[in-house]
Amino acid sequence: MSGMDSVAVAGVGMHPWGAWGKPFAEYGSVAARAALADAGLGWRDVQLVVGGETIRNGYPGFVAGSALSQALGWHGAPVASCYAACATGAQALSTARAHILAGLADVVLVVGADTTPKGFFAPVGGDRPDDPDWLRFRLLGATNPAYFGLYARRRMALCGSTEADFAAVKVKNARAGALNPYARFRAEVDAETVLNSPMVSDPLRLLQICATSDGAAAVVLTSEDYARRLNKDAVRIRAISAPTPTYPRTVPDFPYLASDSMATAAPAARTFRESLAHAAYEAAGIGPEDVDLAEVYDLTTAMELDWYEEIGLCAPGDAEKLLHEGATALGGRVPVNASGGLSSFGEAIPAQAIAQVCELTRQLRGDAGDRQVAGARVGVAVNQGLFGHGSAIVVGRA
Amino acid sequence: MTDGIPAAPGTEGWFRESPDGFVLLAGRCTACGALSFPPRTVPGCPDPGCEGLDQSPEPLSTTGTLWSYTDARYAPPPPYPRPPDTEFSPYALAAVELAAERMIVLGQVAPDIPAEALRVGMTMELAPGTLLSSTGVEERVWNWRPVAGYDAYTGEAHA
Repeated sequence: MSGMDSVAVAGVGMHPWGAWGKPFAEYGSVAARAALADAGLGWRDVQLVVGGETIRNGYPGFVAGSALSQALGWHGAPVASCYAACATGAQALSTARAHILAGLADVVLVVGADTTPKGFFAPVGGDRPDDPDWLRFRLLGATNPAYFGLYARRRMALCGSTEADFAAVKVKNARAGALNPYARFRAEVDAETVLNSPMVSDPLRLLQICATSDGAAAVVLTSEDYARRLNKDAVRIRAISAPTPTYPRTVPDFPYLASDSMATAAPAARTFRESLAHAAYEAAGIGPEDVDLAEVYDLTTAMELDWYEEIGLCAPGDAEKLLHEGATALGGRVPVNASGGLSSFGEAIPAQAIAQVCELTRQLRGDAGDRQVAGARVGVAVNQGLFGHGSAIVVGRA
Repeated sequence: MTDGIPAAPGTEGWFRESPDGFVLLAGRCTACGALSFPPRTVPGCPDPGCEGLDQSPEPLSTTGTLWSYTDARYAPPPPYPRPPDTEFSPYALAAVELAAERMIVLGQVAPDIPAEALRVGMTMELAPGTLLSSTGVEERVWNWRPVAGYDAYTGEAHA
């Protein structure tokens, strides 16, 4: 690996996911202290703090970087705060990585934490008719699960997927989540329970849609040399991609009211979601065949199946086959969401992409306990969220 | 405006009601013809290869193919309006693909059509719709509804 992509994941830490309603900075400081302890570093060793923001209640994440720094005791380290919807954590990691690669810092703490109200995500208050997120709720009542229902129904029409296929994803992820001490939902679930849970947005039922959760995750990134001195240089960030979509978008992705018109411009060869992992693969010099495990943003069970195809684990339309072969379960050829996924965690937006890297790091170090993917050397994490945000991160063993 | 119902907030210039019918209006880039729905609020063409800054209203096709659909079984949070002392009424949402424009436009399905009546591939048509604001005032929006008797994917007539 060239010096250009040598940023080490020296430490990882999490606060369990749940629904307690405590201040997000409390969760974040627990995760940050755990990540620093994991790296064998102290808070005063940190040269930059990057906080992942959520946009709610006026101040973005209560100005995340500084709020988390204050929670740990201000010691003068510079802060940065990032917002990129579900890709927030990836953007925070990217900022940290860029500082290290530019030689501006050797030790960067990246933290994402959130306290999330129960129920549907809702836009910030006030009348904002120039905001597509406000408009989709105000005019259509189109919640996030409504969009997910559209995508799931489309998959059923195109690929012949069934509700039972979607339920099998939940069964798989609940089994993995039951083994993860940081997961919020730690009980195995059978398909019948999934298929008897209340319908939320046809064809998706309650247990096929991720909950909203409290939670936090933190990562200490360091330069390669610094990590080597700490003897914490086993796991490297090999690529982070966070491209925007390209015009024209072919799908009516949330929060927009329409796709782009393809009448005057041809779409790119890859959809936005396909482009995320492929950009990261290209930057890391690998292909999907090199991936040992993946953490994908399973906002719904149906969406996990979409990701299998979009990150290149199988051909379009073959995701159900891959699932039913057991390839993506623990013990399979390429486990997906060995952590239990959002299915077992729920969504704490600014923490999620960082939590994905925590899981991949533990797996690549061989520290994942009962969830361990044998011999894992390369992992990929992907997500997609509002406003054309999305990202992919490739993590590899040195 | 045919019946005097004012456009819902934020939708001024998004549709036109006339004796000839109800149409959605896209913004059409005057330089390259790129269509945007809703019309863009920031000057500039959505196509990164075009330097056009102006758009003109362009009626969209009023029929299309049902790309996908879902329903809302639980009340969405505000700002979805909920008039006082009313029960939440579930509604379906449609994503309709317009052939000429090669774009997919979302909308609520007309309230008399349950989600169970929808099939991906059906032909859908645009219709004026009405939302009730949180103070109980009628607001004009657009709805999609099935065109009875034809399935665009199978080409078969059905009841």
